[in-house]
Amino acid sequence: MQLTGAEIVVKCLQEENVEYVFGYPGGSVLYIYDEFFKQDKFKHVLVRHEQAAVHAADAYSRSSSKVGVCMVTSGPGVTNAVTGIATAHMDSIPLVIISGQVPTHYIGQDAFQECDTVGITRPCVKHNFLVKDVKDLAVTIKKAFYIAQSGRPGPVLVDIPKDVTTHKCEFEYPKTISMRSYTPGVKCHSGQVKKALQLLLAAKRPMIYTGGGVILSDTSDQLIKLARDLGFPVTNTLMGLGGYPSTDKQFVGMLGMHGTYEANMAMHYCDVLVAIGARFDDRVIGNPVDFGSVQRKIIHIDIDPSSIAKRVDVDVPIVGNLPEVLGELQALLDEQKSKPDAEALASWWKQIDEWRSRKSLKYKQGKDIIMPQYVIEKLYEVTGGDAFVTSDVGQHQMWAAQYYKFDKPRRWINSGGLGTMGVGLPYAMGVRFANPEATVACVTGEASIQMNIQELSTAKQFHLPIKIINLNNRYLGMVRQWQQMFHGDRHAESYVNALPDFVKLAEAYGHVGMLIERPSDVEPALREAFTKHKNDLVFMDFITDQTANVYPMIAAGKGLSDMILAEDL
Amino acid sequence: MRHIISILLENEAGALSRVSGLFSARAFNIESLTVAATEDPSLSRMTIVSSGSDSVIEQITKQLNKLIDVVKVVDLSEAPHVERELMLVKVRATGKDREEMKRIADIFRGRIVDVTESSYVIELTGDCSKLDAFLEVIEHSLVLETVRTGVCGIGRGDRILKV
Repeated sequence: MQLTGAEIVVKCLQEENVEYVFGYPGGSVLYIYDEFFKQDKFKHVLVRHEQAAVHAADAYSRSSSKVGVCMVTSGPGVTNAVTGIATAHMDSIPLVIISGQVPTHYIGQDAFQECDTVGITRPCVKHNFLVKDVKDLAVTIKKAFYIAQSGRPGPVLVDIPKDVTTHKCEFEYPKTISMRSYTPGVKCHSGQVKKALQLLLAAKRPMIYTGGGVILSDTSDQLIKLARDLGFPVTNTLMGLGGYPSTDKQFVGMLGMHGTYEANMAMHYCDVLVAIGARFDDRVIGNPVDFGSVQRKIIHIDIDPSSIAKRVDVDVPIVGNLPEVLGELQALLDEQKSKPDAEALASWWKQIDEWRSRKSLKYKQGKDIIMPQYVIEKLYEVTGGDAFVTSDVGQHQMWAAQYYKFDKPRRWINSGGLGTMGVGLPYAMGVRFANPEATVACVTGEASIQMNIQELSTAKQFHLPIKIINLNNRYLGMVRQWQQMFHGDRHAESYVNALPDFVKLAEAYGHVGMLIERPSDVEPALREAFTKHKNDLVFMDFITDQTANVYPMIAAGKGLSDMILAEDL
Repeated sequence: MRHIISILLENEAGALSRVSGLFSARAFNIESLTVAATEDPSLSRMTIVSSGSDSVIEQITKQLNKLIDVVKVVDLSEAPHVERELMLVKVRATGKDREEMKRIADIFRGRIVDVTESSYVIELTGDCSKLDAFLEVIEHSLVLETVRTGVCGIGRGDRILKV
């Protein structure tokens, strides 16, 4: 049967078992929206700004492992979406973004709401397509879903001119796709896996360092088994939290710029390091020259060859899919007679426990002013550690990462790579769509939340009972912290003036607002929000200490062992 | 070090900008870039001359391979290869310079492909250093215009870059 391009788009999304499309209509996508209207297999979530559509689709994916789908119109629809796409790209999140384009015969003529979508998004997508012929539409959408979720995942954009959505052709959705230029399913090198195991078994001071790859490939269980069998310490990156249970005794905390003392010291002084789905970025190892000044063997397992040997030299590179590589490593370990050197391991743990005893995350909660760390600790208690927690970007993000102990993967949703302020609320929406029964908390600050505050309206429309934990210190806290430490304490533009009354604002959108100013009110307020107002969106405005800083800290460009601890100050 | 990287990629709109965009986005260096369709019109072959440390060149080849449109990548300079570039030079050719210019072109096995009363266009093929040497030798003030294609290259013997 002959279908129009718009009908084909809908059929393809149905074939891919899409549940939700996050989007915003406009001129170029009107025919597609008209077809949305006529079907009920998937639902459309109308956001209030295209950026939020992409963030919501992104979090839908992060919290479920399915592909997130969004739809935007041409021109400003696309440019608004770019921040969301770049955010997903930096964290390797599989998305399919469908954008409208002006009709093919208008392209290049500066038509109304025209922009070079493929050109603008090229550097921040895994791949993109412009479909000029309706006959290519179905196969292109199939390719988009295939590319987005295979190999190292990422966002894929399909740009569809308006006339293509009205043209007709025979519809057939391809069952499989094969592309000569894209063959992501490489088998890992068994010889390298053997070498890796030998290194691990011979280690005196081993360390397991895992990142977002463990989350994305759903290999948390395999990692836990392997780590426990070996008895090695484990650290997670910001993107990897929840990949290994934070409450496990082998977990030494998050590493990096605001990682624990024990995690960074163990990372620095280990003699064999296995990096699993992580990429040694600047916020993780600090200065690569300093990191390289200590002798250690590095095993690096990643699906993306270009992540290996990019910032640090590697002794045993293993390119492959994590489930397969960890499976092979585990099988080899199981049949091995030799075990890790127990004596060496015991003394390594003794050293780590000594580092741990510095208690690098300690802080003081007085009677008068709420400490932000305290709010996160209470949030952890009140939610039983079982909530999905999204965050925005800044100090509150680091505190959430440090003090909410994630035991399960896909529970901690934040923008690690791009560091996009404003993701928190749309992320919480996406999480809730993917997990309709889940408890969802959005940890944010008074600056970040205002970057997508309009989504309070979307949350109302779709009855999303998100709990917003606003750590309100009346500052761009992380900016102020850097200004205090590195710029002579001159607070250039970091004070957030003329703040709205968030309680009234929440109420204006039809939600529940709460103002919490005293430490003794923190826990009761949280309990009230999560029990009495279980089914409401609650905006909790916590007035917190203005001078609190995130510690420990490694200054930008410094080495892992060069940490600033709160107790040193 | 200077490297010649050969790439087979899908002959599709935008493929070139994906490659050039990658180089600018990651601050890789391009000395020259040439591209044209191959005997199989669905494929283009691109030759990029770049320079950088071994680790930079390793990143370049890995990042190129990561592009969805790229089918194959080879660093030609890793083994014996042939490298050629074509240059057209328009020179002033009057009086005694007319004869001198012809003589130098002959020495470099160049051909004069356009002649007027006052100028020649000389066509010259060779590796980069040969073309550079020609420009060094002729009188600079006589050079009116030059255009170079950039390097293309191919492996010697059994080294074949094909799908």
